[in-house]
Amino acid sequence: MNRTDHDTPSSAGWRTRIKRLIEGYDAVLSLQHRREIARELQDEEDLFMLLCFCDMMGIPNPVGDMTLELYPYMLERFHEWHKRQGIPRSPLDGFRCC
Amino acid sequence: MNAIWIALFGAVCFVMGYRFYSKFIAERIYRLDPYFQTPAHAYQDGVDYVPTNKWILWGHHFTSVAGAAPIVGPAIAIYWGWLPAILWVVLGTVFAAGVHDFGAVVLSNRHKGHSIGTLANKLIGQRAKLLFLFIILILVLMINAVFAWVIAKLFITFPASVLSVFIQIPLAVWIGYRVYRRSGSMLLPSVIALAVMYGAALLASEVPFLQIDLVSWFGGSDAAVAGGFDATSMAFLVWIVVLMVYVYIASTLPVWKLLQPRDYINSHQLVVGLALLYLGLLFGAPEMTAPSVNGEADISWYPLLFITIACGAISGFHGLVASGTTSKQLDKETDARMIGYGGALGEGMLAMIAIIAVGTLFASSADFTATYSSFSAAGSSGLGSFVKGAGQLAGNLGIPEHMGATLVAVIVVSFAATTLDTAVRLMRYIIAELGTEYGMPVIARKHVATSIAVISSAALVILPEGPNGFGSGGYLLCPCSAPAINCWPALP
Repeated sequence: MNRTDHDTPSSAGWRTRIKRLIEGYDAVLSLQHRREIARELQDEEDLFMLLCFCDMMGIPNPVGDMTLELYPYMLERFHEWHKRQGIPRSPLDGFRCC
Repeated sequence: MNAIWIALFGAVCFVMGYRFYSKFIAERIYRLDPYFQTPAHAYQDGVDYVPTNKWILWGHHFTSVAGAAPIVGPAIAIYWGWLPAILWVVLGTVFAAGVHDFGAVVLSNRHKGHSIGTLANKLIGQRAKLLFLFIILILVLMINAVFAWVIAKLFITFPASVLSVFIQIPLAVWIGYRVYRRSGSMLLPSVIALAVMYGAALLASEVPFLQIDLVSWFGGSDAAVAGGFDATSMAFLVWIVVLMVYVYIASTLPVWKLLQPRDYINSHQLVVGLALLYLGLLFGAPEMTAPSVNGEADISWYPLLFITIACGAISGFHGLVASGTTSKQLDKETDARMIGYGGALGEGMLAMIAIIAVGTLFASSADFTATYSSFSAAGSSGLGSFVKGAGQLAGNLGIPEHMGATLVAVIVVSFAATTLDTAVRLMRYIIAELGTEYGMPVIARKHVATSIAVISSAALVILPEGPNGFGSGGYLLCPCSAPAINCWPALP
């Protein structure tokens, strides 16, 4: 027999009400915060997409020269990543980790 | 007179105002339409435009507009007696603040959720928008100065509160990162943060070693320190410098790192503070010992009373919140009544308990008159009196008075610090916008604009006359939002 078997309908009702009250209270306070987090994540996403596809939009990629310097740092992570994705050999011609 | 009757009078007026006056405004003036497609539905993007339950949005609107301002003004304005202060808070809230805030939500809702500045430009003209920008600049400058002054004064008067306020900063950063990286709930961590803060405050009020009392460190209030400053003035100066350095850093950080999680903790504090004070009032049923009317005031109540109590009666600053965020989340247009008008009523309740806390603090009317001997004395001792009065009300719940006062000081300083952070950030944006508008891109840079904001605010607070006219700044915003609200129903 679990605990809920002892619950009367009214105590279960009260528990639901208190739970709803706490959820509502949390929603009131976190409304603004959630919006800022969503905006921040959206900004990160937009920047990432822009960096990935700026050449396609006719904007020369400003970080091309700099990312060349990142090559030795990214090599190992990239290799681990494509193995995780089930790709045995490097899918990029210019990125020959294996 | 027993203070419970005063609170009851205010509450009945608020209920009647909501039941009848706001209904009249909603049905006859704004003609709210439950089938109007609100911007939250029309432009739903999951970030700014999100249809939100009216109770949740009311709570959000109320906690956004209520802060230290509806406490500071009434605590000073009781100088003319509690009766004029209470009457202005009650009548101002019912007939002015409620309509203003309600109108700002409705107006913005009917215009794609645009802010009141954009609407002033659209409905009145370009000059109204520029005027709006400059007035906000002046207002936020005064807010910075007033709240830096308030925090420094409270740190000096209640040194036990300092530790707790500074502990809030790393706790807020921790909550911000936790939510950002792991998308966890903020409720439990923020309740833990609040418990740590209050634990630190209560501990510091008992252990002098934990009190950061700069005046004592400088040798006591009568000691002379370098540069012709006495210990109190030097402590004030040091706190202002510390606050300005802090606010420079805080206002340049992304809002989710510090400002928002701290705001979340402060919202708990608002609930805790209101519950403490109203329950203390209910259980203690104290008598108002302050005079109902001060016949020996050295300065006329007209028009200063209406400038001293801005937030808590009417403030144009609410129009920024109502049109900036609230209107974009309205599920139904008819919800605007409860959210806008009801939010103003919530703030009126806060202003009312601030008056009651000061009005019941003193042993006799003579004691009150000795403390509130002049308007300038009221200005310097008003907030301290509120904190002590609130501690006394909390004492009716079994909390020792000095501990209660420390807790209330922590709450007020927390509100003021968040407002300071927000206002410096807002000032930075306005300076940058004006710089771009007038072809001076240098001052639009983040650190240049922030430096101008911080240095000008520090200069204003250190000036011998100190920051006056904060309330008038709040009113100056009304000429921008109120005509827009008033013009709109008359437009074809």
